[in-house]
Amino acid sequence: MSRVRSLTQANRRLAAKLFLLTVAMFGFGYALVPLYAVFCQLTGLNGTTGRADAQEVQASVVDSSRWVTVEFTGQVMGNLPWEFRPLQKKIRLHPGDTAVIKYYARNLANDTIVGRAVPSVAPNKAAPHFKKIECFCFSQQELKPGQSEEMPVRFLLERDLPKDVNTLTLSYAFYYVDRGQAATADDHARLAAQHSEPRAQRQAKSDPG
Amino acid sequence: MATAATAHHEEHPYGITRWLYTTNHKDIGTLYLWFSFAMAIVGGTMALVIRAELWQPGLQIVEPGFFNQMTALHGLIMVFGLVMPAFVGLANWQIPMMIGAPDMALPRMNNWSFWILPPAGTLLLLSLFAPGGAPQAGWTLYPPLTIQMGMGMDFVILSVHMLGISSVLGSINIIATILNMRAPGLTLMKMPLFVWTWLVTAFLLLAAIPVLAGAVTMLLTDRHFGTHFFNAAGGGDPVMFQHVFWFFGHPEVYILVLPAFGVFSQIIPTFSRKPLFGYESMVYATMSIAFLSFVVWAHHMYTVGMPTAGELFFMYTTMMIAVPTGVKVFNWVATMWRGSLSFETPMLYAIAGVFLFTIGGLSGLMLSITPADFQYHDTYFVVAHFHYVIFAGSVLAIIGAVYYWMPKWTGHMYNETLGKWHFWLTMIGFNLTFFPQHFLGLAGMPRRIPDYALQFTEFNQWSTVGAFILALAQLLFLYIVIQTIRGGEKASGRVWEGAEGLEWTVPSPAPYHTFATPPKIR
Repeated sequence: MSRVRSLTQANRRLAAKLFLLTVAMFGFGYALVPLYAVFCQLTGLNGTTGRADAQEVQASVVDSSRWVTVEFTGQVMGNLPWEFRPLQKKIRLHPGDTAVIKYYARNLANDTIVGRAVPSVAPNKAAPHFKKIECFCFSQQELKPGQSEEMPVRFLLERDLPKDVNTLTLSYAFYYVDRGQAATADDHARLAAQHSEPRAQRQAKSDPG
Repeated sequence: MATAATAHHEEHPYGITRWLYTTNHKDIGTLYLWFSFAMAIVGGTMALVIRAELWQPGLQIVEPGFFNQMTALHGLIMVFGLVMPAFVGLANWQIPMMIGAPDMALPRMNNWSFWILPPAGTLLLLSLFAPGGAPQAGWTLYPPLTIQMGMGMDFVILSVHMLGISSVLGSINIIATILNMRAPGLTLMKMPLFVWTWLVTAFLLLAAIPVLAGAVTMLLTDRHFGTHFFNAAGGGDPVMFQHVFWFFGHPEVYILVLPAFGVFSQIIPTFSRKPLFGYESMVYATMSIAFLSFVVWAHHMYTVGMPTAGELFFMYTTMMIAVPTGVKVFNWVATMWRGSLSFETPMLYAIAGVFLFTIGGLSGLMLSITPADFQYHDTYFVVAHFHYVIFAGSVLAIIGAVYYWMPKWTGHMYNETLGKWHFWLTMIGFNLTFFPQHFLGLAGMPRRIPDYALQFTEFNQWSTVGAFILALAQLLFLYIVIQTIRGGEKASGRVWEGAEGLEWTVPSPAPYHTFATPPKIR
């Protein structure tokens, strides 16, 4: 009889261990999400771009022996009733240098609408070397009916951009987020605060998207 | 199915409560097998809707939206409703008898893991009647479509959770049974190969299913609770779902096929009247396949824009799987080499399974080549490929296993003539359905679309005719099974002349309780 009881105990103990393994694998499924984000950030996969701070910009040395073309494009996705395009199609600059360009957006609808722009750089191997200093994609954008806005992007192109990259493309996909009225009170407070500051400052310091 | 046959052996409960409350591994195995047959009929009917619509170009019978619901549900039902429960059913019936155990290690949990299935299957089917219908995104449930769909998608997510819980509980039970309940003297390396492949499969399930559960939970919270895992507008990434899904999805295809390898490894030696060739290499090949299955997932998504290094990595690891699989095919052929072969129905299914699975393996090797895959991706070539591995590998093995062990379960021999009819009709139907789909895919016909270009008509009509033959042949299978349960020639304990193993040492039909005292091994 004791043999049977010890067998039952052994079975329960093993089942408990296997159950823990199951829970751990469920957690691992979630852990894949940050792992994936880190992996894309390091490799530039998916066109994931980088961010640069003031120190990095000051320390950057310009390589005036090379010229690189940066092209700009952008589109609205799905049901966002906005007009959205770059004001400049392309610029030429040296690796290690910074530049500012502007995008234009206008709300064609009769509602206040909040949208979010998601950037991407092609080719993938150039993406980690494209570093945004200031970007309208750092925060959500709200446009009133018929309102238009010129939105700047300031970026640093790193000096160690791979040698065989002569042209890269920055692309934005603008997504519909919310009706302005439906946005949370928190969002409204933030947007109100933003409207009382000069635009260049407010975008550099708003949420770290 | 063993009701009448085993009734006079020992006391056990009767009526509906017998099946609701049972903790007997044989009863539960029977329940699993009938459940999977019912799901096969439902999923098969959906396949016939698909094939009927594809009889000719243009839209004839169903709306495109409904067609897409059919492709999604057909996939989910066949994977989670037919193949997985059928193998768990075979495991329940056979593993305790093959290792000399009185029952499964955790009988109460065993009951539970089965009885989660019928509600899960019902929920899956109810999604058809939800506003907006069932999901129309294929069985892979890719966002952004699955974030946008109606509440049918929530039904499916919940159903996948329940199906997942069921298979996790089943796997825990199988591992505990195999590791703790073996008869004294039956060491791991003496276990029958079906037991071995199930041990490895159960570990695969424990590692893979929770990741799927996580992925669909993320879908659920994206849909209703404001998270942005896959919603690009919120900074998420739909491609990430593909990575997480296929991290589960590729081990899943080996979960579907490894127990089939185990079945082939039982049937082929029996009817070759020789021991299995290369037993140890079979065990190690099974483990290698299981390990490799976790590092090849991105070959399902070569076209999402990976860097060359990534595509090369996944291409080479995928090709590497051909090596242990090749070892297995070689061993089965070597087992038959110079054996005293006889071709009863189970053997026919095993040989056909190995042969057709090898065709599916070769088309898989073609798909593993990244540059070639850019042409084949999402065409009917892929459809042909996975039906050659899942139908010819797993489903033929399940049918073969039922013929092989049914005399032990029921105490009666099945009708051999009808069995051979069933086999040949299945062969003709299957190959007529899926072989032309290779050509359709190479010619560029995309999958999951209810309409197609005119030049694909003829092959599609062959395919539709084949599908109806294949489906009708399975009604014959149902008839044969019922006929065998009801009566027929008495089966001996050993049943097959060349049968080896503990399950053949008990009488046929197997008594309700077997190996209450453990057998002596050698």
